Amino acid sequence: MYEVTCDVAIIGGGPAGLSAAVAAKKEGAEKVLIIERDKNIGGILQQCIHPGFGLSYFKQELTGPEYAGRFGEEALKLGVEVLRDSMVLEIDPGNQMIVCVSSENGMTKVTADSIVLAMGCREKTRANIRIPGTRPAGIYTAGAAQRLVNRQNIMVGKNVVILGSGDIGMIMARRMSLEGAKVLAVIEIMDFLAGLTRNKVQCLDDFGIPLKLSHTITGIVGNERVEGVYVAQVDENKKPRKETEEFIACDTLLLSVGLLPENELTRKAQISISDVTNGPDVNQYMQTSIPSVFACGNVVHVNDLVDNVTVESMQAGKHAARYAMDKISDNPKEIQCVTGNNVRYLCPQRLRLDDQGKVKLFFRVLAPEADVRLQAKSNGRIIAVKKERLVNPGEMCSIQIPVGELDSDVVVEVIKEAVF
Amino acid sequence: MKKDIICTVCPVGCNITVEGSDDEVTVIEGYSCKRGKEYGSQEFLHPVRILTTTVKIEGAAEELLPVRSEQPLPKELIMDCMKVISHTVVKTPVRRYDAVIPNICNSGVDIVATGSFE
Amino acid sequence: MLKTDVVVIGAGAVGCAIARELSKYQVQVIVVDKNDDIGGDASKSNSAIIHTGYDAAPGTLESELVVAANPMFSQLVKELDIPFEEIGAILPAITQEQFDQLPAIKEKAFKNRVYDIEYLTKEEILAMEPNINPEVKAGLYIPRESIIDPFIYVQALAENANENGVDFLLNTKVTGIQVENQKIKGVETTGGTIETKYVINAAALYCDEIAAMVGKNEYKVVARRGEFFILDKNTSCQVKHIVLPIPTKVTKGKLMCPTIHGNMLVGPTAEDLEDKTDKSVTAAGLESIIADVKRLVPNVNVRDTITQYSGLRPNRNPEGLHVDVYDDVAGYVNLSGVRSTGLTLSVSMGVYIAQLLMKCGLNLVYKEDFKNTRQGINIFHQMTAGEQEAIIRENPRYGNIICRCETITEGEILDAIRRPLGARSMDAVKRRVRAGMGRCQSGFCGPKVLEILAEELSIPVEQINKNIGGSYMVSGKMK
Repeated sequence: MYEVTCDVAIIGGGPAGLSAAVAAKKEGAEKVLIIERDKNIGGILQQCIHPGFGLSYFKQELTGPEYAGRFGEEALKLGVEVLRDSMVLEIDPGNQMIVCVSSENGMTKVTADSIVLAMGCREKTRANIRIPGTRPAGIYTAGAAQRLVNRQNIMVGKNVVILGSGDIGMIMARRMSLEGAKVLAVIEIMDFLAGLTRNKVQCLDDFGIPLKLSHTITGIVGNERVEGVYVAQVDENKKPRKETEEFIACDTLLLSVGLLPENELTRKAQISISDVTNGPDVNQYMQTSIPSVFACGNVVHVNDLVDNVTVESMQAGKHAARYAMDKISDNPKEIQCVTGNNVRYLCPQRLRLDDQGKVKLFFRVLAPEADVRLQAKSNGRIIAVKKERLVNPGEMCSIQIPVGELDSDVVVEVIKEAVF
Repeated sequence: MKKDIICTVCPVGCNITVEGSDDEVTVIEGYSCKRGKEYGSQEFLHPVRILTTTVKIEGAAEELLPVRSEQPLPKELIMDCMKVISHTVVKTPVRRYDAVIPNICNSGVDIVATGSFE
Repeated sequence: MLKTDVVVIGAGAVGCAIARELSKYQVQVIVVDKNDDIGGDASKSNSAIIHTGYDAAPGTLESELVVAANPMFSQLVKELDIPFEEIGAILPAITQEQFDQLPAIKEKAFKNRVYDIEYLTKEEILAMEPNINPEVKAGLYIPRESIIDPFIYVQALAENANENGVDFLLNTKVTGIQVENQKIKGVETTGGTIETKYVINAAALYCDEIAAMVGKNEYKVVARRGEFFILDKNTSCQVKHIVLPIPTKVTKGKLMCPTIHGNMLVGPTAEDLEDKTDKSVTAAGLESIIADVKRLVPNVNVRDTITQYSGLRPNRNPEGLHVDVYDDVAGYVNLSGVRSTGLTLSVSMGVYIAQLLMKCGLNLVYKEDFKNTRQGINIFHQMTAGEQEAIIRENPRYGNIICRCETITEGEILDAIRRPLGARSMDAVKRRVRAGMGRCQSGFCGPKVLEILAEELSIPVEQINKNIGGSYMVSGKMK
C-alpha cells in the first residue's frame, strides 16, 4: 500500500478545502495534504464559469475559476501538496487514518494528525421529490448538466424546462440559452424566487424566459427521451391544482431542487450529524464531534456565497493546524446555539467557551421577512443585535457574538421591528 | 419610452421606473440609493452584461477554457460575441487573464481567460 | 439467411434460462429480442424475489414449476456467480381478518408441497423484525423465500449460454413465423429470415402478438403495472427479511424487503393497463404503496427514496400459466401467462421446455464440453485489501472510482462493456455494475460513463442511449 503522512489532511480541493489548506499552512502546519478526486483542484468552481464570487472577500466580482485559481495558486505557493485523481474510501479518525485510491498510486493510506472534511454536496434527484411520470433520457440535475456543458463540451438538449428557481437553475437557464438552446420556463413551487433577484434579471428576463411561481411539475412524458412535462399551479399546501394543469413540450428537464451535504464518509466514521443541516455539527473551530476531525464548506451546511465558505474554511484549516500542533485543549466546556423565532439552523451549532474571541454565527431563516432585528440572547440578556431590511431563506444571515461573556446556551432569533 | 427596471445592485431589488429617450433619462424614480439611481440610468440607456462562457482549447488536460469579457459588453452584442467565440480555438499555454479574443465584435472589450492551462 | 435448430423469441429471464438449458446439448440456438440488451422487460423491473411457491394455485403448472425451481437456485448461483441470498420471508397478521387466514395459507402451502412454513408468535416476529407493526398478532415464516440480483441473473444465464454456443440477435424484432405443411419452417425478423424447425415464444408482454403470427392467439396479454420504491441503504427503518402482506378483501397489500445490495424495496401496486408500454410511476401508485407498507412497517421512511420504477407484468386473459404445443403448428411452443413468478420459475422452465422439445422430436445429445460455470465481473469494493492492490497494479483502471455512491471502478465498467453481450447503453452499464444505482442516481458518474461508452463503442456521444433506441442522452458536442 502506498503510504503518506502529513499533519493536516484535507478531503476535497474545492473552495472549502483550498481555503482551509491556505489557513493551515499560514498557521504553521508543516505538511498539509489535499486529497482530490478530480484531476485538478478547484472543485465545483471549475464548472461555475459565471460571475458572483469574491464580492465580499476580494471586493471584486470574480468567476468561479478565477476564485479557485487565486486560492489554488496561493496554496501551491505555500507548499500545500495535492493527491489528484484520488477518491477517499474511508476515514478512520481513531487510527488517524484515511484510505483513498487512485490509478497512479493504487490503494493509499494517509496518516494525519488532523483531518478536514471538505467534500461539498450533491444534488437532490427526481426521485427525492417523487415526480410522477415516465423515466426517459433527458432528465438531469442542473449541476450535472453544468458539468457536461462547461467541462465536457457536451450540450444536453435543445428545448429545456427547468424546475427550481434557485441560483443554479437560473444560471443554467442563461448558460443553455447562450449556447443556443431554448429554455421554455423556470418552474418554482414557492410563491417567491428561491435565488437572487439579480439572476432573475440577467438569466431569465434577459432571455425572455417565463418564471412560473407557485407551480410544480406533475408529470413527465416520453418513453425514450423526454417529450414534455405537465405543469400545474399549487395551492397553499403546495398541492397541485389539477384543473390548472398544462403541457409544455420539451426534450430536456433540468432539476435545481436542492443540495445535500455529501456526508457518507462522515456517517461511516460515526461523526455526529445534524438532522437539520444534514452535515456534521461543529463548534466555532469547525471541529466535529471527533476532536481531530474538522469540517467546512457545503459538507457542513449548504452555502450561497463562496466568500462565507472561505471564512468558515479558514477557521477549520487554522484550528486543524493548531490541533496537529497540539495547541488545542481537549474537552473544553461547550454551550449550544439554539434556534429561536424564524431561525431554521445555526452554524456553528456549539461554542467552545475556552476561546474568548468573537464568533460569526451563520444561519438561515425559515420564511422571508422585511424590516427585522436579528438578536442573540443568553441567560435572558441580549448579547448581539443586527438590523436587516430583508431576510429570506435563500440568503445566508450572520450575527457576530462575543463568546467571552457566555456561560450558557445562546438563542438566535428574528424579531419584527415595528418601525424601522 | 418608459421601462420598469429591477435594480440588482443589492438584495433589496428596488423597482425603478425610468422614462426618457435613446439619449437621455428624463424621469427616474423608485431607487433608494445613489448606486441604484446610477444602475437604473445605465440599464435604461445602455444595458451591459458581463459575458462568461467557454472556448475550445487544444493541448490542455481539459477540452474547454473558461473565459469572460474583461468589462461588461453591450447587451445587444452578446449573441454575436457568442458566435465568434464558438468558432475560436485557443492553444496552450494560457494564463489567467490572457486576452484570447481582443476587442471582440469591435466593442473595445477583450475576452480573457479565467483559467490557466500549461 | 441464417439456419438454426431452435429460435427462442425473448431474452428475458425465461428466454435466457431456456437458452442456457439448451446450450447443454448439441443443438444450435438463436435468441432473438427487439430490445438493445438482454434482460427482457418484466425481468428488469420486479421485486427481485425468488419465491417458494407457497401461495401458487395448487395443482397448476405454475405451482409445479415454482416449487421445483426454488431449490435449484443454490447450485445455479454458485455456478454462474450470481448475487443471491436465502433471507426468508415473514407474513405478519396485523388484523383479525389476516390472523384468521393463517391456517388456510399454511394448508395451501402444503398443497403446493411447500412444507417448510412455520407459525411465528408475536414475540418471535418482533424479535426477528423489531420494525414490524407492534400490533401484529402472529404470523408465518417461510425460510426459503430469497432475494437475487435479477439483472445479473439474466446476464449470467445469457453469458453462459453464449459461451456455450448460443447466438443472441438483439435489436431484432420478429415480424412473422413461417409454417408449411403444419410444421414450423422459419422465423422472419427485421434482421432477415432464420430457417428453423423449433420456435419458443418467450416474448412475455408481446407473446400474444407472436402467437397471432401462427394463428394461436386465443388469449390476450394485459399489462399489469407494478410500481416500486427503492430506499437509501442508510434509511432509518430497515427489515432483514422479506415482509409479505397477507391479502385482505380490500387489497393484496404491499411488501417490503431488502435488496441483495442492501437497499430497501417497497411495493408493488397492481394496475391493469390499456397501453402495454406505459411504465410511468404515478402519484396515486406511490401513495398507495406508502399507505399499505405503513400497515406492516409503520416507520418506513419514504423520504429516503432514491428511485421509483414500474414493471409491467405480462398477465394473460384468461389467466393462468400455459405452455402449449399444437398439432397443426408442429415445433412451436407457446408460453403465456408467465408473470410474478416468472423470475423464479425461469430456471425450471428451461428444463421443462428442453424436455418438451425432446417429446416434440428434437434430438438432445449432451455436450461433453459444456462449461457450466461463469465468472462474473470482479467487484472491486468486495475484494480484500490485498486483492484490491493487486488488481490495480495489474490494471490501473481499477484505481479510478467512477461511481462514488456504490464505489464502482472504471475497470469494472470497461469489463461490463467489453465482455460478450456487453453493455451498449447507460442502463446496460448500470444493470451490470450498479454505476448509477446509488443515492445520487448517476448525477456524479453519469457524465463519466457517457464518455467511457462513447470511447469504447467508438461512436459520438449523441448516439449513446439511456436504454432503448431513441433514448439519446445528449444532443451532441458543442464546439
